[in-house]
Order: sequence, then structure tokens, then C-alpha cells
Amino acid sequence: MEDLEPLLAAHPFFQGLAPRFIKLIAPCGARVTFNAGQFLCHENEEARLFFVIHHGRVAVEIYRHRGGPVTIQTLSDGDVLGWLGFLNPYHWHLDARAVELTRAVSLDVLCLLEKCEQDHELGYELLKRYAHYLAVQFRVTKLQLLDMYGK
Amino acid sequence: MKTEDRRPKTGNMDTLFDPMTHLAAAAHPMAPQPYTVQNLRRETADTFTLTLAPPSPEDGVLFAPGQFNMLYALGTGEAPISISGDPDRPHLLVHTIRAVGNVTRALCHQKVGGIIGVRGPFGASWPVAAAQGNDILVVAGGLGLAPLRPAIYYLLTRRAAYGSVEIIYGARTPQDLLYRRELERWRGRFDLRVHVTVDSAPPEWKANVGVVTALIPRTRLDPYHTVAFICGPGVMMRFTVRELLNYGLKEEQLFVSLERNMKCGLGMCGHCQLGPVFVCKDGPVFRYDRIKDWMDRREV
Repeated sequence: MEDLEPLLAAHPFFQGLAPRFIKLIAPCGARVTFNAGQFLCHENEEARLFFVIHHGRVAVEIYRHRGGPVTIQTLSDGDVLGWLGFLNPYHWHLDARAVELTRAVSLDVLCLLEKCEQDHELGYELLKRYAHYLAVQFRVTKLQLLDMYGK
Repeated sequence: MKTEDRRPKTGNMDTLFDPMTHLAAAAHPMAPQPYTVQNLRRETADTFTLTLAPPSPEDGVLFAPGQFNMLYALGTGEAPISISGDPDRPHLLVHTIRAVGNVTRALCHQKVGGIIGVRGPFGASWPVAAAQGNDILVVAGGLGLAPLRPAIYYLLTRRAAYGSVEIIYGARTPQDLLYRRELERWRGRFDLRVHVTVDSAPPEWKANVGVVTALIPRTRLDPYHTVAFICGPGVMMRFTVRELLNYGLKEEQLFVSLERNMKCGLGMCGHCQLGPVFVCKDGPVFRYDRIKDWMDRREV
């Protein structure tokens, strides 16, 4: 089995996480590659994966029935995708499409949750990172809602 | 052991006020000179770039990056507009204008060969010369790229004098980007990193979507040796400053360009007073630590 530990340890989301925790979560992961145009997920599909992006660029899109898709955010090296997958029911709320060749580690959310239940210290560490990521997302979303460059 | 202070020497790096660039303005500061519209280029739906030629070639005015002129649409009125051309090519004046009011609309409706009155240049500039030896981060939002473009030209002409140079530019949509071809050309350079982001985009857009502050952690600058030039909407500048301080830059390494209702351009009429300063004369470019108490004050 491929050793994903160095890859995960080097990612900003897991920065500072003790090696024993990295060791615990690595078996939940798999290396994935998406070519430009390929979708990582579609709205309403079951969300079972948490993507840890190492390389590339991903467009997060909302589909408007009359206007087609609109990109509301892009993710790239050092970002994660799928944090809402931790919430039950596990469904994607948006589409995500690779804009260019994208490499990531996909972590199985159920596997991660199981590990967190077994080791609450790991759960706490992941929750801290999850909360921080959420806070950053809220901050940038609020700024984006301002329409700063409007008239 | 005593550690060497490697911080950029910002003690003298105040905004520049070069008397030479003010000679022409000082001679007749209130008398507009008639400039001819040589070229008019549409940048976005409501934003135009005007190239103006002086009455005679020897009348070209030296200016420093970040300075502005008062442009007079004959019979309508005057408006302060940043100079957005190359400071090393002062024989032509370049101004990018968004048509938002009577005067700016009249300026944007000019035809080639039309006459516009010009007073200036006025104000303090980006400390491009004093920042030599440092990494440079340029953060622009919307029309804020216009007053920063002369600084970018200056840096690129003297590229070897600086460390890493990065530009972060944010706009509302891809259609709202200024100087698109130039951005693409800059992006192709090996000695410059350009990050462009928009608030929302159609699927064919290949660059970033999100706010400019989200791109700051992606820069490869040494916070210890970086000088940042910031220009854009007030909210954007405020959050950008906050993010840069988190990133490790100090207040004295940050420079902002403020916008205020200006009339005389000489600090006499008081229209642009902001606490103890006149934005037209002491600014529009300020070192952040010197203006922060007034920049964020809600009641002024």
C-alpha cells in the first residue's frame, strides 16, 4: 500500500498534527488525479470523500438553471474540499471541477469519522483544523458578498 | 550575540515628494493646460483609458508613480484622476477613468482630437525608489490598478534593483479586469508573479475566484523584506492590511492610496481634509502607520 503519510504531513491542513495521528488517518486515503474538466463531485451526490489538494486548481461551481454554471471559488495547492461531508446527511452542496490537472489525496469520510470516534484526541485535532478552515471560509465569503468592486 | 536587524530601512521611506515633478504644477497650479485626446480605449463597460498629448512635445510633465492630475472636461468641471502611464515616458499622459459622475462621464465621452484641461501632477507617490532592495507586493482591487500601474512600470524598468515582485489583482468579474492584455504579458514574465482573482466567473475562466486576501498566503515573499503597495476600495484595503500584518509585515512596510473628494489639489480648499492631513497634498499615498488612525475612523 502506498505511503501517504509524507504527503498528508506536508499539507497545510494537517500542519502540526502529530505523526501518530497522520499514521492513523493515512489508511483512509488514496491518491487521486483529475484531468482538466473532470468533476471531483456533483451537487446532491453522496459525499464520502474529503479531498486534500496537493497540486492543480479546482473550480467550485453553482449551477443556475437559466444561467448555467458560475464559479464562486477556486481551490488550489494547500486547500481542502469536502468539509461539509462531515455533516450528516453526507451530500455535496456544489459541483467541483478540475480547471487543470489536479492531484489530491481523497480521504474516506466514514473512515475518518470512525478513527475520530476511536481516538478523541485525533477528533479534537481534526475539529480544530475544521473550525479554523470554516472560520476562514466564512470570512472570505462575507467579503465576497460585499461586492467590494461594485459601483 | 547581537542579531543584525534585517528589516527594510523604512525610516526614510516615506511617500516621495519630488520637487522636480512639481515644477510645472507649481508654475501655474490653478491654470489648466490644454491637452489633446490622442487615444481613447475602452477597458470595461464603464471604464476608459485616455492618452493625452501636451500642447507641444516639450510641455510633457514629469510625474512620480501614484500622483494624480486634475482633469477638466470643458464646460462641465474638474475631477482628480490618477496617472496610469509610464513615468519614464512623461511626454504623454495616460489616465484611466470610470464614468460614474457628470465630469467623468464627460471625460469618457471625449473624441480623439478633443481638448481636456490638465492641472498637475499633484500629491505624494509610491516610495518605489526607497523600496529598492526589497521584495515588492502590489495589491490592487478594481480601478485601484490604475494608480499602481506607473509603479509597476517603474519596478519592471528597474527590475534588477528589487527582490521578488508579486502582483495580486482582484475584480468583480473577468469582464471588469483592467489592462487585460498587459496582465497577460506580465504573467508571462519569469521575474514577476501575477495573481488575478475575481468574485465570480463563468466556467471558461482559468484563474482564481475569491477575494484578494485569500491569495496573500500564496505569495512567496519574505515578510521581513517586503514593501506592499495597496490600492482599491476601502474595505479591500482594510482587510488586505489585516492579512498582511498576519503574514508578518509591519505597519511601516505598508503603503495605501486613499481617495477623497478633492478640489484644488494644493491643500488649500480643505475638501479632502482627513484629520490632520490633506489627501491631495500629503497623499494620496500614505505609509499605513501614519494614516491608520484616520483611515479607519468612521465619523470623518
